Amino acid sequence: MAYIKAISYYLPEHIVTNEELLKEFPEWSVDKVAAKVGVNSRHVAAADETATDLAEKAARKLFRENGVSPNDIDFVLLCTQSPDYFLPSSACILQDRLGIPTSAGAFDYNLGCSGCIYGLAVAKGLIAGGIAKNVLILTAETYNKYLHPTDKSDRSIFGDGAAACLVSTDGFAEIGEFVLGTDGSGANNLIVKTGAARQRTATGVSVTDDEGHTWYDDYLYMNGGAIFNFTLDAVPAMMTEVLAKNNIQKEDVDYYVFHQANKFMLNTIRKVCVLPKDKFYVNLEETGNTVSSTVMIGLRDCLDNGTIHEGMQVMCAGFGVGLSWGGVMLKLSR
Amino acid sequence: MELNEFIANFANQFDDTDASEITASTAFHDLDEWSSLTGMGVIAMAKTVYGKTITGAEIRSCDTVENLFNLISNK
Repeated sequence: MAYIKAISYYLPEHIVTNEELLKEFPEWSVDKVAAKVGVNSRHVAAADETATDLAEKAARKLFRENGVSPNDIDFVLLCTQSPDYFLPSSACILQDRLGIPTSAGAFDYNLGCSGCIYGLAVAKGLIAGGIAKNVLILTAETYNKYLHPTDKSDRSIFGDGAAACLVSTDGFAEIGEFVLGTDGSGANNLIVKTGAARQRTATGVSVTDDEGHTWYDDYLYMNGGAIFNFTLDAVPAMMTEVLAKNNIQKEDVDYYVFHQANKFMLNTIRKVCVLPKDKFYVNLEETGNTVSSTVMIGLRDCLDNGTIHEGMQVMCAGFGVGLSWGGVMLKLSR
Repeated sequence: MELNEFIANFANQFDDTDASEITASTAFHDLDEWSSLTGMGVIAMAKTVYGKTITGAEIRSCDTVENLFNLISNK
């Protein structure tokens, strides 16, 4: 069996408040937007600070806060869509920077908002297969570097950050059964088109999409309506499957930590799934949507403030870019 | 699906616009409060109240509240 043994996270020092964004977009009704998306401020990585740097800081924090030695780690999984290089994997660079033994395996995987769940799934598989005993999952993202300066919608939602999670043969939360899903037909609904193999150089091209928003080739594009529809289709069905696969009833779930996309979307999901408000985590006021790190950040905060404690059954879910989704139950030890 | 009930549900997506300002013939894109976020609310309403999927592009193609009602009821 595989367990979560420790979780830590790191947020970059620089904070951008809504008041600062308002200076750039004076026509913007910031209070109304903040009330709906639920973000008052977000951390943004420095110009020379990459997702790999954030991941390193999150890992060092995990070692420090939990008395874990880098020597204990025998596998590194890094979830990022902002690696330092095309090659090598940033996970290999982190093995060296963190002083993890050369006998450890390491690789990056490219996912966004579902990435935490996929990391847990792969880590559980590595442990169940006897391939590793202490898997360090790192989730790190700097979407703000992909956002066009005039894209106030996405700049108001996304924050940069990284999380670290140690999955081991023992720990405080048993990792239960997974439900995973993928629909690549929606790839264009959340995409950065240029910079990789299909189109290496920037095109400078922008078009108006069929909703009237500007779609820049060289920056992150999100079709909000399409992502919203996808989420409302995928998440309630996934939730039902997670319950069935883990052989539990909805009433037996003590708490839900879902990907913190934005407050409006979370509240809509909560209503569609008919989940009680007091069991459903919504907290992105000071972090924004940190993509693959929101679930880990949420779990750590809930553990720290006692919302999640011994004996609880917690459902976690991630959903977004890919399109990709995943859900799992965590059973906290008594 | 009934038009008056739909108008009431549509008006509910607004915080500062009085429901009396919204009728079947209202050109909703011209309302001060209309924004892409209100559009998200309408997408969510179509899905949760009526079980229908509509896109941002389809909302954009509708001029009036009644056009939107017809779009959703014909799905």
